[in-house]
Amino acid sequence: MPEVRTETMTVNMGPQHPSTHGVLRLVLELDGETVLSAAPTIGFLHTGIEKTAEQKKWQQVIPLVERMDYLSAQSNSMAFCLSVETLLGIEVPERVRNIRVLIAELQRINSHLVWLGTHGMEVGAVSVMLYCFRERELLLNINEMLAGFRLFPSYMRVGGLREDLPRGFHDAVRAFLDRMPQKLDEYEDLLTKNEIYIERTRNVGRISGADAIAYGLVGPIARAAGVDYDVRKYFPYLGYETYDFAVPTRAEGDVYARYLVRVAEMRESLKICRQALDRITPSGPFAVADPRITPPPKDKVYTEMEALIQHFLIYSQGFTVPAGEAYVPVEGPRGEQGFYIVSDGTNRPWRVKSRAPSLLACQALARLIIGGLIADVIAVIGSIDVVMGDVDR
Amino acid sequence: MDSPALAALLRELVPAADVELAPSADRHTTVYASASQLPALARALRDHPDLDFSFLAEVTAADYWPREPRFEVVYVLVSMSHRLRLRVKLRVPGADAHLASVCDIWPAANWLEREVWDLFGIAFDGHPDPRRLLMPEDWEGFPLRKDYPVQIRKTPTSAEPLQVTAEEFRANVARDRLTRER
Repeated sequence: MPEVRTETMTVNMGPQHPSTHGVLRLVLELDGETVLSAAPTIGFLHTGIEKTAEQKKWQQVIPLVERMDYLSAQSNSMAFCLSVETLLGIEVPERVRNIRVLIAELQRINSHLVWLGTHGMEVGAVSVMLYCFRERELLLNINEMLAGFRLFPSYMRVGGLREDLPRGFHDAVRAFLDRMPQKLDEYEDLLTKNEIYIERTRNVGRISGADAIAYGLVGPIARAAGVDYDVRKYFPYLGYETYDFAVPTRAEGDVYARYLVRVAEMRESLKICRQALDRITPSGPFAVADPRITPPPKDKVYTEMEALIQHFLIYSQGFTVPAGEAYVPVEGPRGEQGFYIVSDGTNRPWRVKSRAPSLLACQALARLIIGGLIADVIAVIGSIDVVMGDVDR
Repeated sequence: MDSPALAALLRELVPAADVELAPSADRHTTVYASASQLPALARALRDHPDLDFSFLAEVTAADYWPREPRFEVVYVLVSMSHRLRLRVKLRVPGADAHLASVCDIWPAANWLEREVWDLFGIAFDGHPDPRRLLMPEDWEGFPLRKDYPVQIRKTPTSAEPLQVTAEEFRANVARDRLTRER
């Protein structure tokens, strides 16, 4: 009889593994099927966006920060704009605030749909992915209508928005909002009481609320562990205190609880979207009326000397931002995100730092998977919803 | 608690930290403190019942080269129970830049401090795993310093395979375990 081998085995998972959501490398030490240790390696997607941003003018940073995280592009650019506007000391019009709320909530639904689809597929529910991407397509169509670009619309601007809402925007969004609740029921029919899904996710990757806070895992992960921290409620911005919505929480802190929290969040986002859409008039001010920051309308540029000069100044030199620093947190799809910006009083940022919720989620990954089975590693990576572009920046 | 009250409480708790209030555009309380008192200050911030800053949102730095002290390290803290936000800033000189690590107080600081070391070259004393985080291990220089060129071409100096030897792997695992046990 051959000798039974009992030593541990090391497995190199990634960087090119389909379910690591990008290029994440995990070195796992296994005892049979149990994970004894895990060492995540990141940095494969490091592109130096923060260094690049220091060379750009303030408005030019927006497309850069959108590309950090392809699932929360507009939340990123909104957070950056809010920080710069705080430093500039300008107040955007009420209508712009409502449009930003609407766009941010649509972005959250978009991000959660991709999360649900990929996570479902990874644990074996392949059809969920097809269902989710069907609805995500509608959101991408709305982006395309808004700005001509589906993933990174760069529609936010410091001081407001790039242009006014397109014709037919309200109808397109309303059609989506009317369609979505039944579709969410469909996803839940596929998963919530699915015995196989529950077996794969319940009591997997557990973390307590206190630990989640200590590791900086705010957002859906902490809310699934009973912490009701939500920046929209705790430190309201853009008038979120005037919207009627709830913050769903669960006590269990496992993968299944994170699924339930995110689905409930989509329903709450739909509620916010409806309220915001009712407040938005089809046309109106779309940027702050500050000639230093907002370019003049094109018809004036062609007919008036002053408008042409102003247009030229804004597009060649940009605007200066008073020296100082600001950090305005927003509730992104993955938790608190925001940009710590420092200005030295010139037309380019001195320092731009993104608070990346994915980085902290990745850091806590080892803690979540050690002691579990190797098959659960995939379920846990899916449930913490990391976007590697956001981790590495 | 408003900003002056918060600063006064910190002065009372850690008198040696020289807490001074700084202006902030976003109306989050911002204080400068003396870098040598960081561990005591951090412990007071987390453990005092009137503060309870259990959530460390961010550790980052900014380089003000050629000014001296060159670096400012920023800790963004949130107290969920009191709905407070606080930014603690420490001035760090350019020569031999180092600070005490706060990993044992907030576990979230581990990778955030590694990132600051990686990109700014500010060392964190007592850090359980003081390696680079984003850049390759053999990278020279600290990219986010202001005297670091923006566009450079560099040929990779290492061409070893990704696979580590069994001894190296065991050493990595042991180091990793130490990190978690702390």
